[in-house]
Amino acid sequence: MIASLAGFAVISLVTPLLTRWLGRNVFFLIAALPVAVFVVLLCWMPGILGGTPLVERLRWIPALGIELSFRLDALALLLSLVITGVGALVLFYCARYFRDDEPALGRFAALLLLFAGVMFGLVTADDVFVMFTFWEATSVLSYLLIGHYTGRKESRGAALQALTVTTFGGLAMLVGLVILTVGAGTTSLTAMIAHPVTGAAAEWAIALILIGAISKSALVPFHFWLPAAMAAPTPVSAYLHAAAMVKAGVYLVAVLAPGYADTAVWHPIVIVLGGFTMLVGGWRALRQYDLKLLLAYGTVSQLGFLVLVVGFGTRDAALAGVCLLLAHALFKATLFLVVGIIDHSAGTRDWRKLSGLGRRMPVVAVIAGLAAASMAGLPPLLGFVAKEGVFTAFLESHDGWGTVAVIAAVAGSVLTVAYTARFFWGAFFTRPDGSQTPLHREGALLATAPAILAAAGVVFAFAISWIEPLFTPYADTLPGRDESHLALWHGFEPALALSAMVFALGAAPIALRRGVARAQAAVPHPIDSGRGYLRIVRSVDAFSAWLTTLIQRRGLPGYITVILIVFVGGVGSAIVGNRSWPAGIDLWHYPAQPFIAFAMIVAAVGAALATHRVTAVLLVGVTGYGLVLLFGMGGAPDLALTQALVETLTIVVFVLVLRRLPKRMAQRNPPVKRALRAVIGIAAGVLMALVGFIALGARIQPTIADGLPALSLEAHGKNIVNVMLVDIRAWDTLGEISVLVAVATGIASLVFITGRTGSAPRLSDAPGDHVRPAAHETSTSRPQWLMAGRTLAPSSRSILIEVLVRLLFHPAIVVSIFLLFVGHNAPGGGFAGGLLAGLALVFRYLAGGRYELGEAAPVDAGRLLGTGLLIAAGTATLPLFFGMTAFQSTWFEADIPLIGTLSIGTSTLFDIGVYLVVVGLVLDILRSLGAEVDRQQEEEASEPDAAEPEVART
Amino acid sequence: MNASLTLLVLCAVMFGSGVYVMLERSLTRVLIGFLLVGNAVNILIFIMSGAPGLGPILGAGVDPDDISDPLPQAFILTAIVINLGVTAFMLALIYRSWWLAQLGDEGDLVDDESDDEIEAGRAADIVRSAAQDDDAIQQIIDASDEEPEEVEHR
Repeated sequence: MIASLAGFAVISLVTPLLTRWLGRNVFFLIAALPVAVFVVLLCWMPGILGGTPLVERLRWIPALGIELSFRLDALALLLSLVITGVGALVLFYCARYFRDDEPALGRFAALLLLFAGVMFGLVTADDVFVMFTFWEATSVLSYLLIGHYTGRKESRGAALQALTVTTFGGLAMLVGLVILTVGAGTTSLTAMIAHPVTGAAAEWAIALILIGAISKSALVPFHFWLPAAMAAPTPVSAYLHAAAMVKAGVYLVAVLAPGYADTAVWHPIVIVLGGFTMLVGGWRALRQYDLKLLLAYGTVSQLGFLVLVVGFGTRDAALAGVCLLLAHALFKATLFLVVGIIDHSAGTRDWRKLSGLGRRMPVVAVIAGLAAASMAGLPPLLGFVAKEGVFTAFLESHDGWGTVAVIAAVAGSVLTVAYTARFFWGAFFTRPDGSQTPLHREGALLATAPAILAAAGVVFAFAISWIEPLFTPYADTLPGRDESHLALWHGFEPALALSAMVFALGAAPIALRRGVARAQAAVPHPIDSGRGYLRIVRSVDAFSAWLTTLIQRRGLPGYITVILIVFVGGVGSAIVGNRSWPAGIDLWHYPAQPFIAFAMIVAAVGAALATHRVTAVLLVGVTGYGLVLLFGMGGAPDLALTQALVETLTIVVFVLVLRRLPKRMAQRNPPVKRALRAVIGIAAGVLMALVGFIALGARIQPTIADGLPALSLEAHGKNIVNVMLVDIRAWDTLGEISVLVAVATGIASLVFITGRTGSAPRLSDAPGDHVRPAAHETSTSRPQWLMAGRTLAPSSRSILIEVLVRLLFHPAIVVSIFLLFVGHNAPGGGFAGGLLAGLALVFRYLAGGRYELGEAAPVDAGRLLGTGLLIAAGTATLPLFFGMTAFQSTWFEADIPLIGTLSIGTSTLFDIGVYLVVVGLVLDILRSLGAEVDRQQEEEASEPDAAEPEVART
Repeated sequence: MNASLTLLVLCAVMFGSGVYVMLERSLTRVLIGFLLVGNAVNILIFIMSGAPGLGPILGAGVDPDDISDPLPQAFILTAIVINLGVTAFMLALIYRSWWLAQLGDEGDLVDDESDDEIEAGRAADIVRSAAQDDDAIQQIIDASDEEPEEVEHR
């Protein structure tokens, strides 16, 4: 079974490709798969009917007790035969139904084949959650297939209706399944049926699951989606919406009946809704002009009938029910396929426009006649056999439900006879005016599939004693006498009398058409939940639009305001209820602290009030450098070092961008809002201070930091902070450098319009007029300190800076590498080292321009980032190959003259990765926000026509 | 452990000013607010290490009991570098929106209410088109219903 399912999945995947070569003939090819599965199922049949179901298992989610378990018993076998048999024939039919130029034919073929596989998985799955997954998959595939004509409004509307209704039911069912699983302690469907859960929870669970079943099988009040689904291509209607998918609900009722038919909610739902649906469907079918819609309402009616019979809960009813299921699949698929032929031949399905088809399409008429007779329950056809069985089973049961069921079944069958007559007469007879609808001939191959299905309905009726063993193993799981059999001829029994009465009464509506039509109009839409659905959906849409405009109309500042108010309110109320206030507070830890803090406070407030961008940035920089002092004096040398480097870089990056933006920041906030912002700001600030105060005082557990020194020495490092970054918490750092890689890539993508890879431009790329000849310079003897210095305009050059950069660049790189390697034992490490190397590049760029950057770092920033990440991730995964855990460290120690004992570990390698990523990030920033922005600026300046965005509007 | 009032006040002021600037429509201001808030949060984490001790480096003669708590420091170190990355990314965003839109002075302003109303209008259009789809299928179903007058005519 699992192999077949995999087959369906794989072949569906390649089907669109095959369709490109084979056109519509691809259907012949893919039909071979359901045929093959059908044959395999036939081979398994003797064993399964002998009483040994086929079971296959695969572990999936052991933690939840969910496994891919499949079980093929008699009922699943019958359904699987229907699914693969009808599926193969429908695919075969498709090969001539569609034309080669049908849009999205490959997608359609793949989806239809995949549907057959999913449906097969649904009926064979034994784990309820696996079954549910297939269940939902059929809903999705049904959505895609109904919506095949994506350009048509009605297709889209119908597809969405079907999806909404069936997934709504599916959701209810999932809740029911969860309740049942918890109660039963297993996810196995078989075990749940063998040992039924009892009690109130089980009642709820069954009610919810039945909601899922009746929504899928289109019972009242969910029936409206099925007629709408007729917007699908006819093969889809024949397969999904007659033979296979809508049977999923019936199947579920049949599966649950042996264990749960005696729960209190069962009979009211199954019998009342089933019977009522049978009547509503039949009544509506009797009013249709569109043959396909007539069949659709007929299907609704028959599905109600099936649920009524299968859910009745006795052995004989179950026997008749599964026979009816088979009969319905055969005749309804046939009729839909016939309507497809009529539609193609005559160009319409409205029987008012069809006339004289029976004489000119005799074969099709015979096929349709056989199927229609089976639908009406005429002998000697399978439909008759099944219906006789149903009447007998209901008459035998002498309780109240039996009476209700027999009345509903008889009344429904009368309507069935009537609408069948309407269908056949409408499709094939000549209208009174004697006109002949012009026909376009279809090939004989198109009629093959319906012919086989219709013939099966006849053959099975005569061979009923041979196919009955397919039904009895399931029926015997239900209570009741087990000697009754299905047969074409039972002798003169009450059921036969009922059948005769049904035929007689069924003729009446045909004779009294005028009266029926008036009654139909007088009792408009007995239950028109389709309109109710539209009203619900529309009010939901209107509500969500209203809600969206209500809460999403404030722009970014508004959203942040809301978030902050919730934050202040939430955390604030927690503080109000706080009982663990710290005992005391120090004014300061060392005398310099308040002075540093005061300077930072002034800078922060100044930055908030500044109107010029650069002023604000520099003031923020003051707070950053203040942090450097606080860290340095507060026992955090690594932080001080890193913060100093980062702050410098931040200011440079800011200036790189701000030089292009207008000096003044736009400010269009009314004063009222300013007051509000101030209030929120003050509240948030005070709150943060209180949080810090309380959190520190609330520390009652010993800090984990006490264990860190020992761990650090174990990791061959003396600098605990660095050891934490590259060893103890290396996962964190790996995540962080991944973010840096993403950020660098994002920056480059934002700034480069085309192609963000590559290195900064090299000197050789510089256009001739950019390299200013030495002769133009005031002093020809001026030495060249930087390689690309000549590409800058003389006014932008500073000899002093060029000399400094020339002298400092290489020492800076050496120091950065030194920092990288001593980081394990002294302040430094990959971050600090990388940032220093990055700063060195920044100064080369600032002094010499973008070509200088290309000369200083002639590498692709992306490669640096990738290599760094690869090294870091490599140190994570490499230990796995040696049977160790990820990031487990190994060391090599050596005594090296001058330096002393050097211990190189895998954590050092990791730090090298970090170093490369940081250098790559800085290089990417310079390349994008520096070099590329320069280039774009120059390009703009050389196009005088271009709009001048730098004119500041004040 | 006792907190330093100085650091608490500093954290409050920086956080408050950061939030105040962040609530404006100019993206540059939002970014400046982001930096202030980022620094304030780093101070908050730093406050958690309590009174400062020696640097957490186990050199000769350093008693592990005298060092500062290294855990907040590792967190802050990570935060500092991420701040740099996010700042640069936001700057790229600002530059891109300004340069591509060629908006001059107002280039880095983010959406406000009026833009949101346009968005809401678009959302309503989508809702309406879904309703049209539903109507289309309902019309087809209704069209197939037999009406008594039609039978009279036949």
